[in-house]
Amino acid sequence: MTFLGMPAGGGNLTGTPFPKAARGALGDAQLRRNLAKATTTIRTKRAGVVGELPDWAELRAAGAAIKDEVLANLDEHLVRFEEALTSRGTHVHWARDADEANRIITDLVKATGTREVIKVKSMATVEIGLNEALADAGVHAVETDLAELIVQLGNDKSSHILVPAIHRNRTEIRDVFRREMPGVDPDLTDDPRALAEAARRHLRQKFMTVDVAISGANFGVAETGALVVVESEGNGRMCLTLPRTLISVVGIEKLVPSWRDLEVFLQLLPRSSTGERMNPYTSVWTGPTEGQTSHVVLVDNGRTATLADPDGRAALRCIRCSACLNSCPVYERTGGHAYGSTYPGPIGAVLSPQLTGVDRNPTLPFASSLCGVCYDVCPVAIDIPSMLVHLRSRVTESKRTTPESTAMRALSWVMSDARRWGRLIRLGKFGRLASRHVPLPGWSAARDLPLPPKQTFRDWWETR
Amino acid sequence: MSARDEVLARVRRAKGPEGPVSVPREYRAAGTRGAGDLDLFAERLRDYRARVRVVDADQVATTIAAALLERGVRRVVAAPGTPAGWSNLPDQPDRVEVVRGAVTVDTLERTDAVVTACHVAIAETGTIVLDHDAADQGPRALTLVPDYHLVVVRAEQVVAGVPDAVAALAGVRTQTWISGPSATSDIELERVEGVHGPRTLEVVIARSTRFPTTSHPVGGSDQNHGIR
Ligand code: SF4
Repeated sequence: MTFLGMPAGGGNLTGTPFPKAARGALGDAQLRRNLAKATTTIRTKRAGVVGELPDWAELRAAGAAIKDEVLANLDEHLVRFEEALTSRGTHVHWARDADEANRIITDLVKATGTREVIKVKSMATVEIGLNEALADAGVHAVETDLAELIVQLGNDKSSHILVPAIHRNRTEIRDVFRREMPGVDPDLTDDPRALAEAARRHLRQKFMTVDVAISGANFGVAETGALVVVESEGNGRMCLTLPRTLISVVGIEKLVPSWRDLEVFLQLLPRSSTGERMNPYTSVWTGPTEGQTSHVVLVDNGRTATLADPDGRAALRCIRCSACLNSCPVYERTGGHAYGSTYPGPIGAVLSPQLTGVDRNPTLPFASSLCGVCYDVCPVAIDIPSMLVHLRSRVTESKRTTPESTAMRALSWVMSDARRWGRLIRLGKFGRLASRHVPLPGWSAARDLPLPPKQTFRDWWETR
Repeated sequence: MSARDEVLARVRRAKGPEGPVSVPREYRAAGTRGAGDLDLFAERLRDYRARVRVVDADQVATTIAAALLERGVRRVVAAPGTPAGWSNLPDQPDRVEVVRGAVTVDTLERTDAVVTACHVAIAETGTIVLDHDAADQGPRALTLVPDYHLVVVRAEQVVAGVPDAVAALAGVRTQTWISGPSATSDIELERVEGVHGPRTLEVVIARSTRFPTTSHPVGGSDQNHGIR
């Protein structure tokens, strides 16, 4: 149920309930090693470059307040943004939900006559399931971000909002390329340099020939109509620059009021996400350039439902930096797929249930230990732990308590203590303990722990 | 109701009753930190594995020529508004073709190097920003397709921090912020330079010789009627 009965969002925001999905991940030692290595590296880098700025706390306070201002007057900012875009020659479209956004974009693409589009990495398009919708209309969408390409070629799903293939190591990636990349060198090695070079060659031809590109945007400036894409590889620049038609899919919360506000976010975002002082490339464009036709599709898809809850709306401040994922002990052990949504990790645990309504994502608010690290690292100061507690009570109120959400309550007690967690992982008992506690259909195969029937879960645990 | 009107109506129903939120801006604002530190700027650039040459302003042309010859380029494109001297390669008229003015993407694909100026640069982050409406910086494809980008930064264009650069860029329609060469960390978070953008970024920092340094960045001149 969404807040105040506001219409819910659709698309790729739900999946297998967390406890069930997490069980597979916890049994996968390779996955846990890949994740631990990656998140440790990026946490260290982030801490280093954040520590360099004497005014980090002040930037963070400003970032949170700017986003709160956007949300407090979102209607006015949207209307201003639309005016600014239109006056500079960009066509603006509005979409109530994922289906409507897909329809609009598919029609725009079909009108150009192309059978192929190139894409800049965009969470919004993954959320609405755009690639699948385009495929149904006979249009092939080519992902051009290296990690998205790895995911696409491997017929896989993203598990991280910044590094979607974080769960794959170099050997796995080489195997995907050898198998799926047309014309690839059969002796391709697993050296990251060689793999990046293979991707460069594979995509070069696409950049030069495909005439329609689809992007998201990290920020839209309401005052000027400027759109901003922050990236590393240059695939974004290629897609934004070379094709004749550019379609940008923008969630309605992506705005900042004025140009000046970027002085805050262009410091907060790169340091929080890749742990760099600045990302290699940021593109800013205001209206179509160099003879292009440009479209912007503004998407609601559950964002207004999120806005309606005063205790949950701050989730819309999120700038998708992924710092909360990289620091989360639960994410580090389960990986992104366990969350079943485009948005994994701590932010996913608060955002996905609000976009879809808590009844369609009743386990996610429990997928956390409430340790608070996500709040500390969040560059826009989203108090994720308090929001989780609030959403747990909404799950209970919605009276749609499921076996999984009951199990999650037991699990969240375990997750709230690092030692309990460690023991659980070592024992490989995740999922099993939940299935001891409540009758979970489909979990029975894992029941191999002798557990006296009268003993409570907590008693059992204390005696381990 | 149209989708537009419905989304706006939902927003009005959903948002709280509060008025405007006041934004505390206690961070280091534009214009409060003086001019950018050239040594810091050069160090940041090297951190990204960009090549850096710091020279006196009257040495820029010869430095560019030396860099291009070292690299062994065969065809160079210079942004049309750059000084003529920036794409003069003395003694090499037969070996190197210099293209100025409008070029097609096909030509760029067959070009080994591009030479431009910039609008502003940030010492703290090692960032260089191009204004694509300025004739000495050229349209976006110019600095994207060739594999080697040589950019000249005048000392007085280097500002201290991001807020200083954002202030200098107000009203600039199309911008590219560049911090080192193209890179990816998508494979086990190991940094690899050079994916789709130029694999080599070479920065010539021109120390002012005749004029005192000011912290006011000066952008390029004239409108650019570029390629498509
Ligand atoms: S919630 Fe905060 S830390 Fe997490 S991705 Fe969003 S902005 Fe980053």
